[in-house]
Amino acid sequence: MKRRTFLQATAAGAFTFFFSSPGRTAPVEPTRPGAYPEDFNAFLKISADGRVGCFVGKAELGQGAMTVLAMLVAEELELDPAQVEMLLGDTDLCPWDLPTGGSLTMWQTAPVLRGAAAEVRAVLLGMASKALKVPVADLAMKDGAIWVKAAPERRTSFGELVKGRKMERHLGKVKPKPLSECTLIGRRVPRKDALAKITGAAKYAGDLCLPGTLHACVLRPPAHGQVLVTADTAAAERVPGVRIVREGTFLAVLHAQPDTARKALALVKGTFEGTEPDVDDVRIFQYLVDKAAPGQRVVISRGDLAAGEKRAATVVEGEYRNAYESHATLEPHTCVAKWEEGRMTLWASTQAPFLLREEVATALKLGQDKVRIITQFVGGGFGGKLAGPGSVEAARIARQIPGVPIQVSWNREEDLFLDAYRPAAVVKIRSGLDAGHGAITFWDSIVAGVSQGEAEFLYDIQANRYQAPAVPNLHPLKVGAWRAPNAHTNAFARESQLDALAAKAGVDPVTLRHRLANDPRLLRLLDLAVETFGWDPAPGPTGRGIGLACGAWRQGLVVALAQVVVDKTTGKVKVERFLEAVDVGLVVNPDGARQQVEGAITMCIGQALSEEIRFKGGRILDKNFDTYVLPRFSAIPRIQVVFADTNTATTQGIGEPPVVPVAAALANAVFDATGARVTHVPFTPERVLEALKLVSTKPQDSVAPVPSSISPKVSPSKP
Amino acid sequence: MNATVSFMLNGKPVTVSSPSDRKLVWVLRDELGLTGTKVGCEAGLCGACTVLVDFEAVPSCSTTLGEVAGKAVLTIEGLAVDGLLNPVQKAFQEQHAFQCGYCTSGMILTAWAFLKKKPKASRAEIVEAMEGNICRCGAHVRILEAVETAGKTMGGVR
Ligand code: FES
Ligand code: FES
Repeated sequence: MKRRTFLQATAAGAFTFFFSSPGRTAPVEPTRPGAYPEDFNAFLKISADGRVGCFVGKAELGQGAMTVLAMLVAEELELDPAQVEMLLGDTDLCPWDLPTGGSLTMWQTAPVLRGAAAEVRAVLLGMASKALKVPVADLAMKDGAIWVKAAPERRTSFGELVKGRKMERHLGKVKPKPLSECTLIGRRVPRKDALAKITGAAKYAGDLCLPGTLHACVLRPPAHGQVLVTADTAAAERVPGVRIVREGTFLAVLHAQPDTARKALALVKGTFEGTEPDVDDVRIFQYLVDKAAPGQRVVISRGDLAAGEKRAATVVEGEYRNAYESHATLEPHTCVAKWEEGRMTLWASTQAPFLLREEVATALKLGQDKVRIITQFVGGGFGGKLAGPGSVEAARIARQIPGVPIQVSWNREEDLFLDAYRPAAVVKIRSGLDAGHGAITFWDSIVAGVSQGEAEFLYDIQANRYQAPAVPNLHPLKVGAWRAPNAHTNAFARESQLDALAAKAGVDPVTLRHRLANDPRLLRLLDLAVETFGWDPAPGPTGRGIGLACGAWRQGLVVALAQVVVDKTTGKVKVERFLEAVDVGLVVNPDGARQQVEGAITMCIGQALSEEIRFKGGRILDKNFDTYVLPRFSAIPRIQVVFADTNTATTQGIGEPPVVPVAAALANAVFDATGARVTHVPFTPERVLEALKLVSTKPQDSVAPVPSSISPKVSPSKP
Repeated sequence: MNATVSFMLNGKPVTVSSPSDRKLVWVLRDELGLTGTKVGCEAGLCGACTVLVDFEAVPSCSTTLGEVAGKAVLTIEGLAVDGLLNPVQKAFQEQHAFQCGYCTSGMILTAWAFLKKKPKASRAEIVEAMEGNICRCGAHVRILEAVETAGKTMGGVR
């Protein structure tokens, strides 16, 4: 039996302690990528003095993972969450896990961790029963102590029972406490990261200040598609203390001071070569449609579209677009890498410690066991830190300078240039409603830029067809997962289209959804949203500026209601109120969940109204927050969040679902305020003015999306 | 060219030898190891690097070392006195007015400088005071509430 000791975390600082085996860097528990370990010891350890440590391969991105996971453990072990010491995202010390994203933590990891904690509880009670010679049923447990109910002086503790050893007894699957006996789940608990974050003590990857660190700034081409050919580094090398690392087309300038490294980089004269994509932020939509066309295929198809169209009394054809959007985490990509004794250690700002381990190992042709990721507090992720190109850069440089910590901190321009954006997309829908407004008789949708993910919803549709492209490298720019990928693009199109149908048919948006909804959870949630908002729906546009939209992410359901005021002379949209009714099953940490919803609404106000990556060829024109506009305090409405009462014990994630319907609710609110339909995300003042112009030149009953520019050959109505 | 610059840092005198045009944020983070001050844009656009210079909130990425000579600089590390949290910190802690926490130092210092002058501020005035600070996680609603709460505990009951 190996003895393990508690150590104070020095560099990381994010955690109160970690267990370390005497064999220095050897993993405490070997972790098998791709599967959760069955042995609870991988997740939970009890020290000789009775402290409980919880090890999970996730990251604290601000979403409260640290707190909610501690709650689950504390619930089973009758502790205060503050007593559970969390160590997240260290690939040597934590069991393998999925990335932190896609709302996976609560959906996948939480049940496993709860099960492990339940088993530890049972094992501890079993050990105590033997030690105190009473049946388990006669024992009570609290704050790390176990005693005989009838004779509280007969007691023992976690520390005495386990004696700092690995727990050898295993009971297999043990059921967690029933909800009725839970005292923490569903309560507000203080966030575990609060004190560190309000005092500036929280250590992010850029804050480590490891002795001897060299800061590395990488020479970037001016445009995507170009690579470095020649570099004149003479001037940079004259700066005292500068080192240059060059590897093919990769060149970095290193210095002990971050600002000096950056200044020296500016002295490097590089020449670059390569072809930029011939497209820009205006032509991108036609580009996507054309490029996707040959690869379009029907992914979902049900019923007879032509017959459905014949039955339709109201037909609307709409085209919906969204721009590239950046994750723009406030902390840019940052990593410190150190190559020592044949092993690479990275202190990283990552959402996906185990993916990053693989990414770095592959890039450097190392075995995964030769790479260790230590995840720091992460200054925002949103999908943008699932991949770690900055970490790979740090590792490449570190590999050449053994023993020296190499820090790569992208600046804002690099972060906006190198981000894997939320994909730009075009969705075109042709659909119809029957004369009684009771049924959608047909729904023909074609998308370019994203998949058809979450395009379908819990509505009854008599005949439908969804086409999406199977075209590799469709995008001229790098794209990636952005909170609820695909879903917000498709929900924006679907819910806008539905609103347009409702308006054209003269039926109010709630009634229409009531008639179409085929799911009792959705119906209840609609009612909850409408009642909480205090709204008397009427066919739009009513001038009140209220918009409704629904959305889903996996099992999570959301109904959103927005109220806006539109300045018709400037085109500016001011959001006054925003409500979301949310059903994500069992809410373990209601305050944390509420924060996620508030954050999603706020973030997506930026998505809907202002955020757009502008580019010309491979050049990214937005270089900082002056032109890439994030929502500031003056843009924030009154926000209300309500959770559906559910009797389920199943937990789902909350990071993605509330993102899904925001832009659609806002667009529908703009329509309700003005009669103008905005179909292009973000609906900047210029685009709102354009849409307003269309209204004034057309009679009210033919309010329709901006004219289509999808070429006829891929139009879903004329395939 | 290094200059020798003295100023008060979190209540204690310090002397730094560095180019006088070096940005304060790097002096603090790199030279003095005070990493609670964050870097988000290096252009005065996000507020993550906010510190107080003679009680004025300024972006330390756009302030030089020379500019703080002889002045009093307060960073997030100096806000709690003898382990006692400042009212703004307390409100941020209790109301969970943060998510990732990367904007938090700047938010707290901006709010503190503002409330010192105007504890009885209206919501609109608070919004205006905080407008230069970006929060990507969308903690805005809570930040505004926390600043309001802090203002009240500072004696500015409205
Ligand atoms: S880093 Fe100084 S204002 Fe953004
Ligand atoms: S809490 Fe993440 S940027 Fe504000």
